Amino acid sequence: MASNKKYWQSVEELNENSSIVETLRNNEFVEQIPTDEFLGDKEALASSSTSRRDFLKYVGFSTAAASLAACEGPVIKSIPYVIQPEEIVPGVADYYATTMNDGFDFANIVIKTREGRPIKVENNVLAGAKIAANARVHASVLSLYDSMRLKEPLISGKPASWEDVDAKVKDGLSKAAAGAGSVVVLTGTTASPSTDKLIAEFGTKYPGFKHVVYDAVSSSEALDAFQAVYGERALADYDFGKADVILSVGADFLGDWQGGGFDTGYSAGRIPKQGKMSKHIQIEANMSLAGSNADKRIPLTVTEQKYALVTIYNVITGASVSVPKFANAAYGEAVMAAAKQVKAAGARGVVVSGLDDVNAQLLVLAINNTLQSQAFNPGAARLTRKGDAKAVAQLVSDMKAGKVHALIMSGVNPVYTLPNSTDFAEGLKKVKLSVSFSLKEDETASLTTVAAAAPHYLEAWGDVSVAKGYYGIMQPTIRPLFKTKQFQDALLAWAGNGLAYYDYLRAVAATSANGKSWTQLVHDGVHVSEVLPAASASAADYSGAASKLAAAKPAAGLELVLYTKVGMGDGQQANNPWLQEFPDPITRVSWDNYATVSKFDAEKLDLENYNVANGGLNGSYVTIEVNGKKLENVPVIIQPGQARGTVGLALGYGRKAAMKKEMIVGVNAYTLYNNLNSFQSAKLTKTAGDHEFACVQLQKTLMGRGDIIKETVLKDFNTKDASEWNIMPVVSLDHKEVPAASVDLWESFDRTTGHHFNLSIDLNACTGCGACVIACHAENNVPVVGKSEIRRSRDMHWLRIDRYYSSEETFAGDVTRKEGASGLFDSVSTFNAMEDPSENPQVAFQPVMCQHCNHAPCETVCPVAATSHGRQGQNQMAYNRCVGTRYCANNCPYKVRRFNWFLYNKNSEFDYHMNDDLGRMVLNPDVNVRSRGVMEKCSFCIQGTQAVILKAKREGRVVAKGEFHNAAACSAACSSGAMVFGDVNEKEDPIVALKEDERAYHLLSQIGTQPNVFYHVKVRNT
Amino acid sequence: MKKVGNHNSFSRILLFCLAFSLSFSITSYAQDAAAPAATAPADAAAAAPAEGAGDPVKGKELFNTLCAACHKLDAKSTGPALRGVADRHARTWLYSWVKNSSEMIKAGDPAAVKLFAENNKSVMTPFPQLSHGDIDNILAYTSAPAPVVEKPAGAAAAGETSKTGVSNDLVLFALVLVLAVLIIMLVLVTRTLKRVSAANGVEVVSKDSSVSLWRAYAKNQFLVFVTVILLMLSSSYFLYGYLMQIGVDQGYEPIQPIHFSHKIHAGDNGIDCKYCHSSARVSKTSGIPSLNVCMNCHKNVSEFQGDKDSTYVDHSKEFYSGEIKKLYDAVGWDAAAQKYTGKQKPVKWVRVHNLPDFVYFNHSQHVSVAGVECQTCHGPVETMEVMRQHSPLTMGWCINCHRETDVKVEGNDYYKKIHDELAKKYGVQKLTAANMGGTECGKCHY
Repeated sequence: MASNKKYWQSVEELNENSSIVETLRNNEFVEQIPTDEFLGDKEALASSSTSRRDFLKYVGFSTAAASLAACEGPVIKSIPYVIQPEEIVPGVADYYATTMNDGFDFANIVIKTREGRPIKVENNVLAGAKIAANARVHASVLSLYDSMRLKEPLISGKPASWEDVDAKVKDGLSKAAAGAGSVVVLTGTTASPSTDKLIAEFGTKYPGFKHVVYDAVSSSEALDAFQAVYGERALADYDFGKADVILSVGADFLGDWQGGGFDTGYSAGRIPKQGKMSKHIQIEANMSLAGSNADKRIPLTVTEQKYALVTIYNVITGASVSVPKFANAAYGEAVMAAAKQVKAAGARGVVVSGLDDVNAQLLVLAINNTLQSQAFNPGAARLTRKGDAKAVAQLVSDMKAGKVHALIMSGVNPVYTLPNSTDFAEGLKKVKLSVSFSLKEDETASLTTVAAAAPHYLEAWGDVSVAKGYYGIMQPTIRPLFKTKQFQDALLAWAGNGLAYYDYLRAVAATSANGKSWTQLVHDGVHVSEVLPAASASAADYSGAASKLAAAKPAAGLELVLYTKVGMGDGQQANNPWLQEFPDPITRVSWDNYATVSKFDAEKLDLENYNVANGGLNGSYVTIEVNGKKLENVPVIIQPGQARGTVGLALGYGRKAAMKKEMIVGVNAYTLYNNLNSFQSAKLTKTAGDHEFACVQLQKTLMGRGDIIKETVLKDFNTKDASEWNIMPVVSLDHKEVPAASVDLWESFDRTTGHHFNLSIDLNACTGCGACVIACHAENNVPVVGKSEIRRSRDMHWLRIDRYYSSEETFAGDVTRKEGASGLFDSVSTFNAMEDPSENPQVAFQPVMCQHCNHAPCETVCPVAATSHGRQGQNQMAYNRCVGTRYCANNCPYKVRRFNWFLYNKNSEFDYHMNDDLGRMVLNPDVNVRSRGVMEKCSFCIQGTQAVILKAKREGRVVAKGEFHNAAACSAACSSGAMVFGDVNEKEDPIVALKEDERAYHLLSQIGTQPNVFYHVKVRNT
Repeated sequence: MKKVGNHNSFSRILLFCLAFSLSFSITSYAQDAAAPAATAPADAAAAAPAEGAGDPVKGKELFNTLCAACHKLDAKSTGPALRGVADRHARTWLYSWVKNSSEMIKAGDPAAVKLFAENNKSVMTPFPQLSHGDIDNILAYTSAPAPVVEKPAGAAAAGETSKTGVSNDLVLFALVLVLAVLIIMLVLVTRTLKRVSAANGVEVVSKDSSVSLWRAYAKNQFLVFVTVILLMLSSSYFLYGYLMQIGVDQGYEPIQPIHFSHKIHAGDNGIDCKYCHSSARVSKTSGIPSLNVCMNCHKNVSEFQGDKDSTYVDHSKEFYSGEIKKLYDAVGWDAAAQKYTGKQKPVKWVRVHNLPDFVYFNHSQHVSVAGVECQTCHGPVETMEVMRQHSPLTMGWCINCHRETDVKVEGNDYYKKIHDELAKKYGVQKLTAANMGGTECGKCHY
């Protein structure tokens, strides 16, 4: 039927005289086609002798030549050692215990090396190992192979030899000794007894010598408070496993708070045993990792957190300092209730705080001392932060006054990390001799007289004492890649001490690690004293501190809370592509930092987040103004759980010096880090434009699907039958309801003999820290794809940690609401509404990797049988067989298969570590590097299980109990004990008990895939 | 890389036939091998007049068992060359030196101290068990004059060869001439016949028959169809054969930077494969031995020691000794000073066995656990002068072996439980690698 309807392409067409419509009618393309760009300049084109015929000839010839060349195999050369070192057998991995210490991260680790190349970080599990590796420590092995590293020392920007450097520095130092000015050594937290001793000895020669310790991310106030009470510049240690009630006021103790490493103890207390587990209450502004794991979370502004702390102090010590009212009375009651719970727990309660305020930190010490908390341990004081904000400020003014003649820096980058970096840079010009020991020619090293190329921690000797009584050794695991020299070696040389640092270190170690021989110490990597020292508290003016705290005035504008992201920390490893691509556990955004604002404030400021057609997330820009200093074009993420009136912003981004182009992302929040205090008063104004995020998870809520993350409350868990809180799905078979897992389309294989691998994931113990994600990256040669590909949902992580918010206050509320919806229209509107997370939601993490289904949907649809099932339970993927139809990914209910859209190695379009010779040294030689057009996914680390089996075979023994646990990279990396890998056919293996536990369930068990990965129901202690 | 097809190509047979028939048309250029002229040193020693009381034959035996580890007759090794040592020192001095040299050095005997210093201060093993007679025997052996190596009469042989060559050419030339004359005669005869027939008015019948046969064939569609099918089948057969040999390098025999003869080492000298390829026991790679392993023996073996018999016709003694010199160059060994110079030049061997990157193969699994002989896959390496790829190394070849080979379960506790269970279940005692899951994709591809 003919129609006279006229379709408008735009409203402009309504306007008859519109010039735009006229132009569009005449021109097919809105914009001029850039023909000039590809045709180049006309003259050259005209003079070219290449005709179309010639062109076709060339094409034909090159195609033929290429196909002919493809038939000829290359000649491969093999170059053996001339003299093979005794301990190296090609093809067999060596392990070296060492300690990571970059002034921000500390960890007792074991390094796996192949043919002399460190390729992976693993946890040291010997007694005395205190801090396990986090995501950044796992990624640090790639920073060793950073092609942008400083490869030789520079004097005034020009390459020089170490002899020249020594001569120049000695000359400068002798002038200083003669009275030209003072000598200052500026370092990060060394936590190294030998280095501290060495610096002190070095300084004796120079009048007015100072050793200033500077932490980029400061805990200066907590140190001040501890020093006031215990007389030592250190931090109290906490073992959250010994607490029944944990109350945190603004402390992200599962993140980087005071050096991190608290998650092992915390998770141990979070697994319900005999009906008991710890209760965790978090009071905070930003949604942090600790907050997302809390049973009860109270979002408060920083000022109100201070009031809350005083309230808690009142309740626990019985003091009666008057506290202003909370803006939200319900939160005030919640704080009171929390305080009472801690008091009731007595010695089994603990309070921690991350507020950068001496008074707040004093109150925490007072509270824990009153409680006589078992979790609170000031004796084994932590030495992981030692920075002194005041001393740093003094140094900057001294430098500007020209009092400093020589400044020797190691492991710090103040020109980037100081808020008053321009002052520092100005002062640096007045310093006659400035030396910066740095891995890179960073912002600071490019301004100093001498940029001293420092070795990576995997190339250096050292000792690390993360806490009193604990002593760890740092040993080189590879010969220095470049012409580098250790700070300590240089200092010894400049002090005229004939010793090498290695010998110096041995002498110190002999006293620090009493009773352990040097060989044993280097082998173990750690040493712990039999008796840990105790500390005695001296009195302090606690009530005075409380009243000062209660007198805090709310900020005029918004309260800016600066924090560090799990993936980036203080930004030292900003050029590490693994970390850039690591999605933040909370926001799931990679390759960026951003201002997190609450929904309430976002609406007030007209800020928005929305998804575009390709699934990418876009967000508004704001300008953040603090004390007249502006930080422009900060993208905004609307963060559920963000306290009203607060803004979060991560430090460590926006670095520009010595970075690959792709890695220069984000904004530098250090410029707003005034007085090295994480709390600032800020003003936000919306600016034009939208920011394109690379966010890997678009769905925010669980939509009431309680069978994906099953959870219950401790009361129900203790009193009710498992069938009530761990509901197993049923299906109808012959008109009878039977368990879904018992109905099968497929015939079952017999898996009773041999090994049968299973992975257990305890949702109670998993904190979402993401160490497993990076460990998997390192073990399996997973490529980095870059921001724009991530935005297209083409991320390659074999293991992702899904994060879900509840739409109501709790997930249980979501289920009730979903079930309450009736009728089509109500359902539609209910579901639409449930896509929005609550303002203060519950959070749940769920690591998802290939579930290794015994009845795998992917296997049945592969047209070339590239994916098939092994009898050991692994769903195997033969890359060389895959033709890239992607049917398997489409048929996978768990969405865990990853497709290589491009060639990610040796491809200049993806200029990450796999594109340079140095970066490729991190690749695991036992795992294939995949090419373009093939599917890949978690393999259950089959290279690891095969290696364990082969070892047992060669030694003619059965596989030892629990030996498989460390075969999989994720379970080996999991320091919280959430992931356990093992053989369910071996009765002794811990995984058997876990599988039979009544909390165990399979993901989507109703579809009958019978996975070999199972989860444990999350229990909340509300 | 050299390519060798792995299926019998018809064309190759044809080519071979052609080559074979051609070979008859050329007379052999083979030259008579020069008669072995080298005289055995033992014979020379035996022929030498017996000076003193020594028996050079017994002496040789003693020398080879006791002295040869550090001394050579004509070259410096760990110790000095021993030929004519009896002339350099007094006999009584030599007796006491051999029995206990370090005591003499300690005592400060000037000659002893000098000798000790000259030889990198390496202490000589004392031989108190040797009688004076034994030492006399050894000295008799070392005093024998060096054998004179006669140059083979190469020139004369070459002359002979060239003579045969000339005669061959002559024969060929004569044959060609005869053929040419025959052809000319035939042409002439035909021409004459034609002329005669023209003169006699006889009509020459033109040959139509062949053309009609071709036409008949072209008209017969069935025949054409069958031919096309056959052509297609045969061409696809050849195409398939060609494609299947891509990437299969069976018989690959590259020239190596140092001519290392497995035949001499593993065959004649019977050195165990795993002595040099030690990592095959514990690692995924068998390991190309590092040069310090070579030097375990070659510190002493500085020149080719084998007899120049018929098995070594390819290469001369000088050639092999030259290859040992290459090793010394690479490892930085100064044979004259018996010292490492520290100047190392890593050897770039050409890898013979290349598996694609997507295959994981572990030597220790096969060598240590399964107890597979190296020769099972690598072939008779002990007979190979130049190492070559013996097996096709295709997946089919791997899988076949996994299907046919029984797992060696005896004496390995790892297999005990699994074997008992499987044996009970299936009622069999033998298990193949495939039964154990050895043909699953993921076992080799990850």
